[in-house]
Amino acid sequence: MAKKIGIFLLICSMIFVYSCTNKGKKQSGKKQIISIAGSTSVMPFIEKLAEYFMIQNPKFIVDVQGGGSTAGIQACLNNTVDLGMSSRKLKEGERLNEIIVCYDGISIVVHPDNPINELSLEQVRAIFSGKIKNWKELGWNDRRIDAITREEGSGTRGSFEDLVMKGVEIDDSIMVQDSNGSVKEIVATDPYAIGYISLGLVDKRVKALTIDGVAPTVSSIKTGSYKIMRPFLLLSNGDPDDNVREFIEFVLSKQGQELLRKEGLIGSYE
Amino acid sequence: MNERASIKEGVVKTVLTTFALSSLLFLFLIFIFILIEGSPLFLKVGLKNIILGSKWAPTKGSFGIFPMIISSFLVTFGALIIGAPLGLSCAIYLSEYSGKRLKMILKPALELLAGIPSVVYGFLGVIYIVPLVRDHLGGSGFSLISTSIILAIMILPTIISISFDSIMSVPKTYREGSYAMGATKWQTIYKIVVPSARSGILASFILGMGRAIGETMAVIMIAGNALKIPMSITDPLRTLTGNIALELAYATGDHRLGLFSTGIVLLVIIMALNYIANFGIKRRS
Repeated sequence: MAKKIGIFLLICSMIFVYSCTNKGKKQSGKKQIISIAGSTSVMPFIEKLAEYFMIQNPKFIVDVQGGGSTAGIQACLNNTVDLGMSSRKLKEGERLNEIIVCYDGISIVVHPDNPINELSLEQVRAIFSGKIKNWKELGWNDRRIDAITREEGSGTRGSFEDLVMKGVEIDDSIMVQDSNGSVKEIVATDPYAIGYISLGLVDKRVKALTIDGVAPTVSSIKTGSYKIMRPFLLLSNGDPDDNVREFIEFVLSKQGQELLRKEGLIGSYE
Repeated sequence: MNERASIKEGVVKTVLTTFALSSLLFLFLIFIFILIEGSPLFLKVGLKNIILGSKWAPTKGSFGIFPMIISSFLVTFGALIIGAPLGLSCAIYLSEYSGKRLKMILKPALELLAGIPSVVYGFLGVIYIVPLVRDHLGGSGFSLISTSIILAIMILPTIISISFDSIMSVPKTYREGSYAMGATKWQTIYKIVVPSARSGILASFILGMGRAIGETMAVIMIAGNALKIPMSITDPLRTLTGNIALELAYATGDHRLGLFSTGIVLLVIIMALNYIANFGIKRRS
């Protein structure tokens, strides 16, 4: 929350400074509009990048909209937008240029005192669907599992539902927290807790579990062997024009990737 | 000169009236705004499916907030069960037993207690009460009992100050009459003073309830926010306020409307509580 407010204030102050310094200047020519639509999980990150981009390049307006990956791909195929956003890989027949912006990896975390180091994807699914309720069933103490999920609407929860739950509903008895930070805080203090957070936020206070024999690391995510991850893609129909290319270059630049890393994502050029 | 003074008086009066009415305007605007935002969903999904529905999955089309209504009342009554006896005893002590000097320390301390931001209570709850409950009662610690304890502390100032005022307003002659009949101090208190101040004390409990049911930040931090109706005091739960604050950040479309309908239900509950409390206070005077 504090971080969100901090970022908000930062952006506000930047807009303020920008509008002050720009007052005397005359706007030369029309503004270039770059329209982007697609996945709601990618949207907040592209929006953030777009805000920084527009501050640095005042002649552009970047219009970012949601709608979902499929809608984004369709809009891109129909040329109704300049760029599509997708959080899934393209299917056959969807002939578009793929630009990998970054990877979103989710690690399943437990308290460091928990002796369990590895679970299968099915076991994780059973825990969050309420089928496994006790650590005894996983070979530890006879104690209720304190599982924690994210709130409805969160992108991390969306990814978790797609990649782990695969259509199975998360049980109502599972606790809900509204940020990666508070999930991590509970897991770090409650020895019997289990939750999921972005890979970028894992540190010594929590233990990331090996899933189906693969530990979540930057390299296992980039090679695709760790399954609870997905690429965030920008899509273009044919070669992007110069304006759009400028935005893509900003996204893939050191500054753009650094912004994404701060949000807990894994850059595509690391 | 006289005329000018009266014009000035008139201007001041008009300005003050405008400001006084503007607070009413704000209340009205808030009410209208929440109603406009939230009612479309009531029409679309149906009042019954929202208020009595047990499944909350707004991105999948279920908007039932029944478990949250129950949970909100559960924590509120929990807070009252812990907070009411404490608050009432404190009010009785302050009005009947404590010396002037102690009163001078206790009253400001209580006002300070009311001024502590709720996030601080939530933080204390997470750091101290949650692990305590986890270690001694089991469960994750994020539970009905932890939330009730924190809310009980938070509503103490409300209960104490209003009960205190109503006990103090019991005429001295009542007490003197009781002493004249040979009653002891304690007999006077529980036979004469407290029953005479009954409606004010009840009003203080109800206003305390209003505060507890509307509390958000501290509750999100320690309630655990699970969607199920808690079956034991160590189970996590989600309140109406918690639901709104928790999901507002990413909510779009019907999900957002769902949160506004949660707000309408909350508003109706709090207005009902305030109305009952006002009724109680009026009856006394």
